[in-house]
Parts: sequence; structure tokens; C-alpha cells
Amino acid sequence: MDVLVPLFFRSVFIDNLALAFFLGMCTFLAVSRRIRTTLGLGAAIIIVLGITVPVNNLIYRFLLKEGALAWAGLPGADFSFLGLITYIGVIAASVQVLEMVLNRWFPALFHALGIFLPLLTVNCAILGAVLFMVQRDYGFAESVVFGIGSGTGWALAVIVLAGLREKLRYADPPDGLRGLGITFIAAGLMSLAFLAMAGVEL
Amino acid sequence: MKARDVLLNPLIGDNPVTRQVLGICSALAITNSLRNALVMGLALTAVLVTANVTISLLRHHLPASVRLLVQMTIIASAVIVADEFLRAYAPEISRTLSVFVGLIVTNCIVLGRTESFALRYNPALAALDGLGNGLGYSLVLVVVAAIRELLGSGSLLGISLLPLVADGGWFQPIALLLLPPSAFFVIAGLIWLVRSWRPEQVERPEVREITLTRMERR
Repeated sequence: MDVLVPLFFRSVFIDNLALAFFLGMCTFLAVSRRIRTTLGLGAAIIIVLGITVPVNNLIYRFLLKEGALAWAGLPGADFSFLGLITYIGVIAASVQVLEMVLNRWFPALFHALGIFLPLLTVNCAILGAVLFMVQRDYGFAESVVFGIGSGTGWALAVIVLAGLREKLRYADPPDGLRGLGITFIAAGLMSLAFLAMAGVEL
Repeated sequence: MKARDVLLNPLIGDNPVTRQVLGICSALAITNSLRNALVMGLALTAVLVTANVTISLLRHHLPASVRLLVQMTIIASAVIVADEFLRAYAPEISRTLSVFVGLIVTNCIVLGRTESFALRYNPALAALDGLGNGLGYSLVLVVVAAIRELLGSGSLLGISLLPLVADGGWFQPIALLLLPPSAFFVIAGLIWLVRSWRPEQVERPEVREITLTRMERR
């Protein structure tokens, strides 16, 4: 517990995927016009990250990592170069399965998430979180917490940005900044605010 | 479809980053030094050209239902080659770029180009399109990185150009430019610049201004 709780807060606030590492920016900027839609998107990303990071963690530690195949009698095998292609496959597959499960048992949630679920396959926040998990060598429990935490952080950032943008519509920026430009500046200011937490030691 | 347009349009007029809003993640994340930006631009261009040509060659044999899967596999393979190449020949840069080389897999520029261009045109045009978009992306990366490195640490490519106060010179580096938020501001400025030059790119306001007459105001 001493490790997991700080890890959760670290991944939500300090190492925020969207604002500190710029992951998932395409979706972050494209789907942040209204708060309502970002709520669905945020829920989707928390669920997908909470599933794919731990699953990929198991695959990495028991199949791909150097020496991971020792249980199968292949102590020298190192398949870590196959990582990228495996992770993206696992992500695509789990999104597909999740979609079917939600459709069968939770149709209301399925319709609320709508188009966002399949789009998350190519969202770099998902693959990015998986790659960070591999790079930092997390254990299974840590990977669950990291997945859910970074999903929460991303959801928080996108909901806040949508709130800002709803107000920004009534602002009157210079022509060249309208739309994309002013959104970048708003996101930059938010990132600056999150940066204030960078020195926090947990 | 002229070859020259295919190559040159994505540089400024239809730039993937400032106009199509694709591939922003890495454009923001690794632009704190010019060397990283150059390597990243090169890696993305190489992957994009390879993926575009391969998919264009396969375009008549790809059933529509599995085309995304096939495209992702081809892109991921190209990225693995680029990643292993960097790890072998430039281990230090590979370490500073950390996960961002791997993230080329999900860079929307690559899937966007293969999906919208390579599936429709012949390999030669697809190669030019890949090269053009790769260069357009690299151009933005290099400009942003040059601004951030020059003003943030007074050097370009690690060579000191503006003597720092700390070393007895006159230039006080702006540390903010090395931090993540500044990337947002620099790109916003860049977008502003491009759109002032090409006003046709300006977005329409979502809320239209209504001028009230004196009668209505009362």
C-alpha cells in the first residue's frame, strides 16, 4: 500500500499523461468541445487503460521479457523486440472484446461511450501508458494502479479542458488564433497549473 | 494529381500538424532539443514512406474488412525496425526519445496517410506523399525545437550560440521554454503565424456576433 497510493496520485496529477507527456493529444483536442461527450470519453479511457495495462504487463513479464520463457524451458529467449506489435494487437483485441461485453450486458453504457471505444485503439495515451509500464518495470499490482490512475488523470484533464472551451466560445480571440490556436494556449495554461505539482513528494 | 503538389502541399498549405491537427503528441513532447526533433522527424518520415509504399503495393489485394488490421501490422513492423535501428546506432538519442519512437505506431499522421492516400494511388505517388507529409511534420518539429532550444538553453544542436549568464555571457535562458507547457504556446504561435499568412485557413467562429440595434437594446 505504501507504494500503490502514492503511485496513483503521481499518475493522476504529476505524471499526467495528457499534460506532462502530451499523450492522446489528437483526441484531447478534437473531442473536447462539450463536457457531456468528454464524460463518456473519460469513462472509456479509464476502463480501457485499467484492462490493457495489466494484461500487457502479464504478457510482457511471462512471454516477451528476456528470460521470461524460462518456465517453458527457453531461458535464453528474448522476444522484447516483438513488444510494439503485441501491445497494439492486445489493445485492439481488448477494445473489441470490451465492446461486445458492454453491448451484451451494459447496453446503456455502451451507447453512452458510442464511437469513442473503437477510436481508443489508436489513441497514443493507451499505447504510451503500456510502454511506460514496460519501461518502468512495474509489477502486476502496480500496473493495475498505474493504468487506472493515468486513465483518471487523462479523463480529468480532458473534462477540465472541455469546461474551459465551453466558456471560450464566447471569447473573441484574434482571427488567426480562433479555434485550434486558442485551444492550444488554454491547454498550455492548464499544463502550467499541473506543473505546480511537479515538486510534490509523496 | 500532380507529383509536385503531392510532395509540396503538405509542407505549409496542408501541413499535417498545423492544418490537419495530426500527430500532435510527439510534436509537443520531444521538441525541447533540436537534435531530438531531427531524429524524430527522420524516423517518422522513414516509417511513413515505407508504410505508404507497402500499403499502396497491396491496395488491390486488401479486403476492406481487415484493412485496418493489416495497416496497423505493417506500420508496427516498420516502427519496430526504426526503433531497433536507433537503439543500435544512436543509443543515447533512443534513450532520450524513450517511448516516443514506439508511439509512431499510433501517430495519426501515419494511419491517416495510409488510409486516405496509399489505399487509392500508385506506389510512386504514395512514396512522394509519405515524403511530403513526413517533411511537413519534421518542418514543424524543427522550427518549434529550434525556438525552444535557442531561447531555453541558448544553444542549437548542443552548440552554444548565446553565451549564458552562468558562463559569464549576457543571455539569461528562459527556463519555461524547456518545460512541457511552452510547447503548447510555441505551436499556438506558429498556427497564428501560418494563419495570418494564409487567411483562408482561419476557422469560422462557433458563435456568431449579433449587433443589436438601438431599438432592441431597450
